[in-house]
Formats: sequence, structure tokens, C-alpha cells
Amino acid sequence: MKILVFIETDNGAVHSSSWEALGKALSLSDDVSAVVIGHNVDDVRAQAGARGARTVYVIDDASRATFDLDLYTADVKAVLAASDADAFLAIHTGNGRDLAAAVGADLNAGFVADCLDLRLDDDTLVGTRPIYSGNILADAKTSSHPQIATLRPRAATAAAETGASAEVVTLPPTAVESRVQVLAVEHAETGEISLTDANIIVSGGRGVAKDPELGFKIIGELADTLRAAVGASRAAVDAGYIEYKHQVGQTGKVVRPDLYIACGISGAVQHLAGMSASKLIVVINKDSEAPIFSVANYGIVGDLFDVVPAMNSAARSKLHKA
Amino acid sequence: MRYLVCVKQTPDTAELPKVNPEEAASGQLSINLVVNPWDEHAIETGLQMAENYGGVTSAITVGGESSIDALRSALAIGCKDATLVQEQAADANGVASLLAAAVTKMGDVNYVLTGQMTVDGNSGSVPVAVARKLGWPVITGVAKIIEASDESITVERVAGQARYTVKVAVPAVVSVIKEIGEPRYPTFINIRKAARVQIPAWTAADLDTETAAALVVMDNYRKPTARDAHVQLFDTAAELVDALLAEKVL
Repeated sequence: MKILVFIETDNGAVHSSSWEALGKALSLSDDVSAVVIGHNVDDVRAQAGARGARTVYVIDDASRATFDLDLYTADVKAVLAASDADAFLAIHTGNGRDLAAAVGADLNAGFVADCLDLRLDDDTLVGTRPIYSGNILADAKTSSHPQIATLRPRAATAAAETGASAEVVTLPPTAVESRVQVLAVEHAETGEISLTDANIIVSGGRGVAKDPELGFKIIGELADTLRAAVGASRAAVDAGYIEYKHQVGQTGKVVRPDLYIACGISGAVQHLAGMSASKLIVVINKDSEAPIFSVANYGIVGDLFDVVPAMNSAARSKLHKA
Repeated sequence: MRYLVCVKQTPDTAELPKVNPEEAASGQLSINLVVNPWDEHAIETGLQMAENYGGVTSAITVGGESSIDALRSALAIGCKDATLVQEQAADANGVASLLAAAVTKMGDVNYVLTGQMTVDGNSGSVPVAVARKLGWPVITGVAKIIEASDESITVERVAGQARYTVKVAVPAVVSVIKEIGEPRYPTFINIRKAARVQIPAWTAADLDTETAAALVVMDNYRKPTARDAHVQLFDTAAELVDALLAEKVL
């Protein structure tokens, strides 16, 4: 089984979950290649080899510095043809999803999206797909050539650096015209951690209502101490306490951090659908009957305006001591 | 200009936990069905674009006869007309193929508008697949429409941690996210109008195509393992932090 793994980059920097896709592929097959498309990606190319890809296909060009669906799809199709891969695997980010969907549509190949796990059944990839917003799991597969799948971020273990080195195949950028003209780019604040990549998330809900500004300030301070991302419930976003990009849940982001700290969130089913795959869940809520306690590992029944700052000072002193 | 909004009838999100494996396998659900919530933002986008740039907002869905309810909802919110593609698509690729064939048959669509995914199928692949089958450009993750005409559209889109202002030529597929704006409510007058609108039902044969065989097949439907739900409560924040340090998650 020859698997080609897409290593996602942006302005020369790798999306670290790409190594999870590589790790999963290496656990299934000993014939795994990687494709790196971007600009100034020597370091990423070397890492893909060091982490176990047998061959690394590289398209390094200024026109590829940021993701462009038309260009990247053409390049991936060229690499699929050159490598004769049986399967194409990417990480299920927005870009990875769009790329897999486009390659699938162009080649009339089946796309098994957003898998929590992948296994090999004879020479067929079988993905564990969450459907109905995580309320049902199913085994999904395709008999097309190539087989296409995406893996949900943080669902697999990253390929470790072994010091191996790969054969490098440099390909020219495929000659297609981009149809999307980028007029401006606004990057997130430096150091801001994305919800889907975060190891730790501190989230706030309606419980901040008596002083939303202070509520999300102390939640943000705890997040800084823990190097965590800040999340929010739909209620908090709809009330205008915080921007939509922080929303966790059915109509926000689906996350799976190692630690999720829910502060003043009651736990509507739509919120639980977005965070109940977190490894450890901590709940801080005044209401001991709040439904979110049903998915919690640890909790404090109390006012977040008291508990969150106390947690922050405890964490600061203990983490600095350690 | 014509803005064609793709909608799907999906479970009410509050009732999703009630879906059982047998229902998921058969697709015959016993729970309350509504317009996919992500698609409501696409409807709102279409209505705003018609108000701001002129033109007509239409709705389309692929599904059985009962999915006409989703189209009536779209009309009640303000879409002017609606089309049912009355076929059971085998998978997301099948849906995309039928939608693309319908757009081709209509011939006058400038914009295909979609939500970012459905709350049942979850693949999020249909907007891109429709665009590729049509040969049109696609912009996903659209948070704001800045300017649109029958020649081009300029939008803000969110991808990863960055926000891009991009411009593409039209016709195009535009897939929106919640940030685009909250959907408006149906009005009494639109609900009455919606009941009277004739909704044509097209089959694959009407679209000069056939329903594609499934490219992706699913089986072994099951409920995810429930969390081992036993909460340990602490009196103080310091004790909680000690427990988290012991778990090595900090």
C-alpha cells in the first residue's frame, strides 16, 4: 500500500498536525511518501524525511507561499501520477479538507473525510468517521483509485524524528492559473493558539454575564499561564461577549485538547458535541446540577469570578516552582 | 443575477444525540428535521446579496419528497423560488454531481451559495466538489461579502488563524461560515407566499444525468463510547491545580 501524505505549510511553516497524518500512514504501511507544497520549505522537506517518509515530493515556488486550491490541487494530481500512490492522506483542516475534496472530485475518487482513526483492511483504508456531529461512528471506505482520506487534527500520534533521510523529488509547479486573487492577509496576533491545535483550552460561557469583560479577562489570564487557547460557548458568543472564532460546539469548532476547562458553561448538547472528546474535562460552575458535570472528570462548584483567579495564582506559583 | 442556495434537511441539533445506529444506517430518522443550521447562514447571504447587488435568491435541495419542507422553510425566510432534485444520492459525491447538473440545467446561476457542512454528513466536501464539477472557482470559509457583481466577488475568508481578502471571477461557489450573519426569521407574509410557490421536482433523468454509484460506503454504524463520567469535586482551586499537575496535563 503506497500512501502519499500531504504536509500542509503556510509561508514556509508546517501545520504540525501534518506529522500526525504521517505518523498514522507510517503505522499502516512501510511505503509512505510525503508531498510538500509551499515556498522556502527546505526545513519542512527535511523534517518529513527525518520523520520517516521514504520519498518527499517538493514543489517550492513563490506562487505556492499560501494555499491556493487550484494550484495545490493541480500539484497533488501531478504527484499522485508521478508516485503512483494508492492513497492520499491529508489532515482535516479547512485547507486539507478542500484539497482532498477537489482531488477527489477531479479524479472521481472517494473521499473519506475527517477520520478519527484509519486502519488497513487488505489494501483498503477504512476510516472511523464521526457523523451526525459525533453522535454516530461508522466505518467508511472507498474502492476508488486513489483512495482519499483526511484525519482529524489531534486524533493520531505524530511521526517522531528518527534521523532518517528521504529521497527528494523536486517537481516544477504545475502550469495552471490561479483564479483567486489575494488582496490582503491579516494574521492572528503572535502567539495566539488555535482552538483545534491547542493542548489546553480554557472556555467561558453564560456564567460571565454579570461582567463579561472581566470574565473573559480572567479566563484569558489563566489561558496565558497555561499556554492555552481561549474558547467560548455559543451563548457567550451570541451575547456578544467574545468573537465567534472562539466558539466551541456544533456550530463552532470541534476540539479535542488534553485538558478542557469549562468556566460558567452549562453544557447544552451542542456544546458537548464540540468538546466531549477532550482527554480531561474540568468544570467550574455555580450550579452543581449543570449538565456539563456529567462529562467532567474534575470540578469545583463555585463562582468562576472567584475560582478562575485562584486557579491562576495557584498554577502560576506551582508551575514556576516546578 | 441569480444566487442559488444549496440547503439540506437535517436533524434539529438538539435531537442529534437521539439518532441511533439503525436509523443512521437506513437514513430513516424518527426525529424532528429542520434546515441544516449552517445553510441558514447561506440563505441569509443570498438574501443580503440580492438586496445589495440586485437579483433573485433561489433554493435547491437533493432528497426525497419530504425534503420539500426544507425548501418551504427557505421560501418562508425569503427565497423567491425553489427546486427539488428528487433523488436519493448515495454519498456526498452523488449530491455534488446532482447539484452541479441542476446548476448547468438552470443556466443562469451566477453564485452557488452553501453552508460549511451539514450536521449529519459532516464531510464539508460538497461545496468544493460542486465547484470542481462545474469548473468554477470556490471560496470557502467566507465571513464577509465586501463587493459582488456579475463579473467578480470580493470577500473576507477565514483559513486557519488568518483572514484573507480575496477576489474571484464569477460564476463561483461561495461557502459561508456563521460569522457572515445571523439568519433572519420567516415572516408571516413569506410563510403564506411559501405555501403557494410551485416547487418543480427534477429527477436525474431531467438533468441528463444518472445518480452516481457510491464512491464512499459506510457500515458498522455505532454509538461512540460514552465518557467514563464520574466527576471528582474539589473545595479549593489549589487542590484542583494539584490534581491537574498529578495528571501531567499542565
